[in-house]
Amino acid sequence: MALENISRRAVLMGMGAGALVLALGIPARAQEEEQKFGADAMPHGWRDDPRIFVSISPEGVVTVTVHRSEMGQGVRTSMAMVLADELEADWAQVRVAQAPGDEPTFGNQDTDGSRSLRHFFGPMRRAGAAARQMLREAAAAEWGVPMDEVTAENHVLRHEGSGQEAGYGEMAARAAELEVPEREGIVLKTPDQFRYIGKDDLELIDNPAIVMGTTIYGIDARVDGMLYAVVARPPVLGGRVASYDDSAALEIPGVERVIAIDSPDLPSGFQPLGGVAVVATNTWAAMRGRDALQIEWEDGEHGSYDSEAYRATLEEAARSTDGAVIRNQGDALAALAEAPRRFEAEYYIPHLAQAPMEPPMALARVENGRAEIWACVQAPQVTRVRVAEKLGLQPEDVTVNVTLLGGGFGRKSKPDFVLEAAVLAQEMGQPVKMVWTREDDLHHSFFHTVSVERLEAGLDENGRCTAWLHRTAAPTIGSIFAPDPGQKLPFELGMGLTNMPLDIPNVRAENPQAQAHARIGWYRSVSNIPHAFAIQSFIDELAREAGRDPRDYLLEVIGPAREVDLAEQGDVWNYGEDPGRYPLDTGRLRRVIETATEAANWGREMPERTGLGVAAHYSFVSYVAVVAEVEVSDTGEVRIPRVDIAIDCGPHVNPDRIRSQMEGAVIMGTGQALTTQITFAEGRVQQDNFDSYVVPRMDTSPREIHVHLVGGEDPDQPLGGVGEPGLPPVMPAITNAIFAATGQRIRALPVGDQLRT
Amino acid sequence: MDLTVNGEARTFGGDPDMPLLWYLRDELGLTGTKFGCGAALCGACLVHVDGVPSFSCITPMAVADGAEVTTIEGLSSDGSHPVQVAWRELNVAQCGYCQSGQMMQAAALLAETPEPTDEDIDAVMSQNICRCGTYPRIRAAIKRASGQEDA
Repeated sequence: MALENISRRAVLMGMGAGALVLALGIPARAQEEEQKFGADAMPHGWRDDPRIFVSISPEGVVTVTVHRSEMGQGVRTSMAMVLADELEADWAQVRVAQAPGDEPTFGNQDTDGSRSLRHFFGPMRRAGAAARQMLREAAAAEWGVPMDEVTAENHVLRHEGSGQEAGYGEMAARAAELEVPEREGIVLKTPDQFRYIGKDDLELIDNPAIVMGTTIYGIDARVDGMLYAVVARPPVLGGRVASYDDSAALEIPGVERVIAIDSPDLPSGFQPLGGVAVVATNTWAAMRGRDALQIEWEDGEHGSYDSEAYRATLEEAARSTDGAVIRNQGDALAALAEAPRRFEAEYYIPHLAQAPMEPPMALARVENGRAEIWACVQAPQVTRVRVAEKLGLQPEDVTVNVTLLGGGFGRKSKPDFVLEAAVLAQEMGQPVKMVWTREDDLHHSFFHTVSVERLEAGLDENGRCTAWLHRTAAPTIGSIFAPDPGQKLPFELGMGLTNMPLDIPNVRAENPQAQAHARIGWYRSVSNIPHAFAIQSFIDELAREAGRDPRDYLLEVIGPAREVDLAEQGDVWNYGEDPGRYPLDTGRLRRVIETATEAANWGREMPERTGLGVAAHYSFVSYVAVVAEVEVSDTGEVRIPRVDIAIDCGPHVNPDRIRSQMEGAVIMGTGQALTTQITFAEGRVQQDNFDSYVVPRMDTSPREIHVHLVGGEDPDQPLGGVGEPGLPPVMPAITNAIFAATGQRIRALPVGDQLRT
Repeated sequence: MDLTVNGEARTFGGDPDMPLLWYLRDELGLTGTKFGCGAALCGACLVHVDGVPSFSCITPMAVADGAEVTTIEGLSSDGSHPVQVAWRELNVAQCGYCQSGQMMQAAALLAETPEPTDEDIDAVMSQNICRCGTYPRIRAAIKRASGQEDA
C-alpha cells in the first residue's frame, strides 16, 4: 500500500498491518524493535546546532531562526524566547528569521499535531546554551582568563577578576570560529534561572509589525512582474471540466490568459483539483474573468453526495454489528445484556471547514530551472517536495519561503494551492500569485470528517456503569491518499477513543465501514472532536439517568488516579509519544476537572433556564476540562456568559500563549456547538461565505473566558500540546449546560435552531 | 479618479468597479488591508473613507473618488495610536491577519464613542470576524485604549 504520503501530520503506525494486529487484540508495539517516539520518529527528526538556529551581529542583534510556521499559536515568539533564555540574550535585541522549507537542515517542519514546543523545547534550549558557552569561551580566550570565570548575563560577558566586559556582538565573530560544544557538555539553566521561560510578560515578537500592518502573509508576498490568478474548480470531488467557453473572460481588461488545469484521478492526495484558471494583471480582473467563464462540469462518482442522506447511512452503519472491533476489555456485549438498566444514544457531528481568515494563498516564480515559492504553509518541506515533483525539478531547486499564516487550523498543511501557483507560473513564464476567495476556501477545503457515534451503556442497581459500547462511523483521512479503506486509521481512533480512560469493567469499541465523498483532512484537534462530543455527552446523560451530579459521575467513570495501560486498551499511537515518558495519568485529568468546576463554583443554585455543563478530554498528551455556563432564552437563543477552561500541559513555557490558545479554542468551539457546519447537496458544498458558514463573532462568543493553568510543577515533566487540546471538550460542555438549563439534550451539532420555539 | 490615501494624493485610471481593497493592495502595494470574504461579512478589509469605517472589499473605486482614505499603515506614523498601543500591551493578536481591520474598526468606534460600553463594543466590533478567537482581548484593549481599564 502506498503510504509514504500519509505520514506527514501523524506517524501512522501501519495503516494496514497495525489495524489488523489491533483487531486481533495484540499490541502492535510488542512486535517492533526499537520503536522511535516523539521528534525522533518524525521525518528528519530534530536539530540543536546553534549555528543553524542563531546568529549574532557585530552590533549584538541576536537572530533566532524559527523553522516552524507561525499561524497564531505564537511559535515564533515561544521558540525564540526559549533559545534567548538559555543564551541569556536581551529580548529587546532578539529578532526572528523564518526558515525556508528544508528539513534536512532544520529538522521536522510539520507545524501540526500541537508539537512544536513539545519536540523542540529541548533542542532550542541546547542551541541557546551552546551558543552562550561559545561566547564565554571566546571572551575567555580574548581576555586570557579561564572560561569558568566568565559570566554571560543579559547580553553582557564579564570577567569579575579583571573587570573586563563585552557585549555579545563584540565576541560574536570569535565565537563563531569555535567548535560547537559536545551535547553532553552543555550546561542548561535550572528553572529558577529562567529569564523568559514560564514568565507572562513577554511581548509577541511580531507585535510591532502587526499593529502597523507591515507583516507579510501569503497574500501579501509580491515580486516584480507578478500576475494574479483565480481558478474555477470542479464543484464536486472527482469532477472535471467537460467543456468551457472563455471568450467573455478574455474580453475583460486585465485578463491575460485562461488556462485549463487537468483534474487528478482519485484519490488525489494533496494534488490541485484542476479546473480553469484565469490569469490577470490584478486580482479584481482575475475574479471578473472567472465570473465570465462558461463551464460545463462533469461531476463524477460523488455528484450525488448529500450530507443529510449520508447521515442516515452513517446511522445505519453505527447500528450494524459487523464493524471491526478496535477496543475490547471484559465482555461488554454480555454485560450489556445482563445490565438492569441500559441506555443508548447516537451523536452526529457534521463536516467543518477550517476557514482561516487568510484563505489559501501562494506566490510562485519558476525560471531557469528553479522555482521560488512564497506561501502560508504549515508544512514547507512537503510543499518543496511536491512542487519539485510537479515541475519536474529536484527539491534542491525549489525554495519555499514561509510567510506568516493568517490562521491555519490544518488547512494549510496541504499544499494543493501552492501547486496551482507553481503550475501557472511555469505555464506563464511569469510569477503568479494564486488567490483563493472565501467561496473557494469553503467549497474546496480538506474537510473535517462527518461522524455518527453510537454509544450504549449498562448501569447496575446503584447507577454505576458496568458496560460500554462505542461504535464510530466516519470517513477517514486515509481516503485522500489510498483507495478508501472505509475505516478510521489507528491515529484517528487514538484521538479520544482507544485511549479514552474509562474505569468500566466491560468496554468495547467498533468501527463499522464509512466511505468518503468529500476531501477529508485535518482540522484542529481532528477526530477528538466527535469522540469527545459523544463520550462526554453520554456520560452526562448517564449521570442524569443515575440521578447523580454530572461532575461526580464523570470523575467516577474516569476512576481513581492511575496510569492507564494504553496498549491494553488498544491504543498504539499516544500522539507519537513514548507511553513510558507520557503515560496517560487519570490523576491529571481529574485535577483539571476539579480545577475548572471549583473555579466555576460548580453546584451553585442556578436561575431558571441557565445551567452549567462540564466536559473533559485528554488529547495531544495534555489534559483539559471545560465548564460552560449558558442561558437559554424563551425563544431558544443561547448565550454563554462564562466559560472556565483548565489545562494541564506540563510545564508552561509561554503562559500567555497557552491562555490565548485556550481562549481561541473556547470561541472556535462555541461556533461548532451552536452554528458552524458544512453541508453537501448534489456533491456541492452549500455554504459560500461567512453569511452561511456561521462562525462566532464578538456578540455570540462567551463574554468571559477564565483560563486556569494546572500542573507544570515538575520542570522535568515532558511538555504536552497546546494548540489543539483546548477544543474537544468545549462543545459537550456547552451542550451539557444546555441540558442543565432546559432539559433538552443536544445530540447533533450544531445546535442551530433545535432550541427555537 | 483622484483620491488621498494616508495623506498622499493618488490618481487611478482603471476599472471604476474595482473595489478599493484591490486598488490599495495590488496597485499601491499597501498590503496591511486584508482580504477575508469579499462581501462585507468579516471586516478584514476595513479602512476609513472620509473618517467613516468602510468595507474596502465592496467599495468601488468610483465611490472612493475624491475621498480621503486611511489604512492601517496610516493610522499613525509610529504605532502610537492608543488602539495600537493597547493591542501591543495586551498581546491581542494570535495570527494577526484580521487585526488591521479590527484596529481600524476600534479606532473609528473610539473616535465616535470615546468611552464605549460593552454593548457599544459588541454592536460595532461584531462586524469583524477573528477566527483565532481574540475577542476577549480586543474588548479589553478597547477599554484600555479608552482609559476604562477592566479591573
